[in-house]
Amino acid sequence: MPLLYPLVLAAVLFGIGVYGVLARRNAVLMLLGVELMLNAVNLNLVAFDAWLGDEIHTGQSLTLFTIAIAAAEIGLGLAIILALFRAVRTIDVDQVGAQS
Amino acid sequence: MTATEVLFLLFAALAVGSALLAMTSKQLVHSALWLVVTLGAIAGCFVLMTAEFVAWVQVLVYVGSIVVLVIFALMMTRQPTAGPSAEVTGNRWTAAVLGVVAAGGLGATVVAGFEGERIEGDHIGTAASLGEALFNDWVLAFEVLSLVLLAALIGAIVISRAGSER
Repeated sequence: MPLLYPLVLAAVLFGIGVYGVLARRNAVLMLLGVELMLNAVNLNLVAFDAWLGDEIHTGQSLTLFTIAIAAAEIGLGLAIILALFRAVRTIDVDQVGAQS
Repeated sequence: MTATEVLFLLFAALAVGSALLAMTSKQLVHSALWLVVTLGAIAGCFVLMTAEFVAWVQVLVYVGSIVVLVIFALMMTRQPTAGPSAEVTGNRWTAAVLGVVAAGGLGATVVAGFEGERIEGDHIGTAASLGEALFNDWVLAFEVLSLVLLAALIGAIVISRAGSER
């Protein structure tokens, strides 16, 4: 398989994630955009691991670490969003900026 | 073009299409569910790139828990008094231009750098080989990662408790 397939797919997914983070009004959906960007990074890591034929599986190990970090990030992010929702009764990022 | 490449292109098209739907859908829950499709397609790409174990971890952690958490949060913050809930801000065109610029820049870079290189799939990332790598060469990072996860858990509990006591 050409190495470019996963790399270009990762670039496209990263662009979609950037769009999602910048354009979405709902804070939870901004987190979804971040998840999409992290997945693009994972695709790159796995592709380069397979390409190099790495003996100690650097790319795949780092992918596992990224997935765990993403889990931690989403847990903390949702806790913050719920705290925000309790405080100002909205998670619309435009309105949160206007009210504070 | 081999069967692997055809399958990879199919998964890639599925991932890109469902990611676009996830980022533009008006219904919040639909967004989360389209993200499940995207993550599943990416897991399929991992399998095709000989990373079996990573694909299963992707399915278990992302599809199994992260998306469930997101849907949970969407349900809990589904506010009836939020006014007009257009789900996309006014700067969507700026965001679209920036997204296209990011994707185009990255794509041009990788095309310039890695054109013609091929992945030869004889190096399979099974659970056995990956576990050996993790616990021989990455064990310090692995332990630090457990600490990070523990800190994140405690932090999430503290943050969500602090609001409810008032």
